[in-house]
Amino acid sequence: MNGIHDMGGMQGMGPIRYEPNEPVFHAPWEGRSLALNLAAAAWRKWNIDAGRHQIELIAPADYLRMSYYEKWTQRLEDLLVKTGLVTQAEIESGKPAPGSTKATPPLTADKVPSMLRSGGPASRNVPGPSRFKVGQRVRARNINPTGHTRLPRYARGKTGTIHLDHGAYVFPDTNAHFLGEKPQHVYSVRFTAQELWGEQASPRDAVYVDMWDDYLEHA
Amino acid sequence: MDATRRGFLMAAGGTAANELAQSQEHDHGHQDVPSDPTLRVKALESLLVEKGLVDPAALDALIDTYQHKVGPRNGAQVVARAWVDPVYKKRLLADATNAIAELGYGGRQGEHMVAVENTPQVHNLVVCTLCSCYPWSVLGLPPVWYKSAPYRSRAVIDPRGVLREFGLDLPPETEVRVWDSTAELRYLVLPERPAGTANLSEEQLAALVTRDSMVGVGKVKL
Repeated sequence: MNGIHDMGGMQGMGPIRYEPNEPVFHAPWEGRSLALNLAAAAWRKWNIDAGRHQIELIAPADYLRMSYYEKWTQRLEDLLVKTGLVTQAEIESGKPAPGSTKATPPLTADKVPSMLRSGGPASRNVPGPSRFKVGQRVRARNINPTGHTRLPRYARGKTGTIHLDHGAYVFPDTNAHFLGEKPQHVYSVRFTAQELWGEQASPRDAVYVDMWDDYLEHA
Repeated sequence: MDATRRGFLMAAGGTAANELAQSQEHDHGHQDVPSDPTLRVKALESLLVEKGLVDPAALDALIDTYQHKVGPRNGAQVVARAWVDPVYKKRLLADATNAIAELGYGGRQGEHMVAVENTPQVHNLVVCTLCSCYPWSVLGLPPVWYKSAPYRSRAVIDPRGVLREFGLDLPPETEVRVWDSTAELRYLVLPERPAGTANLSEEQLAALVTRDSMVGVGKVKL
């Protein structure tokens, strides 16, 4: 979706606010929010792409106003309700509905190290040759999906060169909507800064964007 | 927004976007009284614990991991090894995931790694314009500025301007490569080894390597 999250190339957002010796968390609730997100995801009711998309669904003004972990908290509440793990009434009251049964958490403290160590690899085996070869010219398709996509607006319709073939990965555009993994090759595509931003850009610079096969066409 | 805070922001001046950025910063900096998010997250946690959906000890373990165990010191070890061992460096640039795993790092948000090398001719900069993708396994959780609208919006269209804000003024002849982490690949910048470090041990070198240098917004200095 052409949402506020797709920020590449926007202007007017102000200076970068650098904080020397920044702590990992600025308040205890930030850590709790992160941990709740990771622990609740262990129910496997959603995947990483659905989780990212849920943040994109936060209304633009709220998205800009909220801090990172406020967005994570909002996203978690939304996913919990959407997937039926909790009800909206439970979120509002902070109490389990009367008569609801108590579950057993899938992620216990002893499982945390192995869960983090194994992560969630998104690479998949896809037989057959890839459609594009390193060095080939490609164009990012001019598409405007209303759902989740990882094709940034600033690259759409632009021509670049295949820099690397990373192998095949889960396709977020379908996976985020529980429509299957549709694994396909991901390429690092090199776009010159001038192709993206015009003649005033530095002739030496380039942006490398990782792109799934479905985002690309022959140029 | 109350009058005091508005006054603070107006005094700080700037555009609406500046004000926005500062208000976000402000929210981060002052948490001495229980704020709305504190209560909200506490309520959510107690609900999920009561329903048996999460184990509070698992939450503690997750927080402890990212607060104390996983952070930029991991990435610094990788960089220092690459500086002292040319064969390792070759492996790192060819297959970063496995080369980093040799040092014991990997897993969540570091499953698929790419290392890009800074040289006198080429400077690499990493961003995620769409969200906040960052190589957790080697750098830990991302800093606020990396996740902020100003950095995400401008890193791709004005990387040299962004780098100047970080105090890095690159000559026009340097090639700037921006890596937008739009997929599941996570990028680690291999910064240049500073001059005058020939006699330093691998451990001493690792101590010089900063998080910023591994994102590409800084250089390693002696």
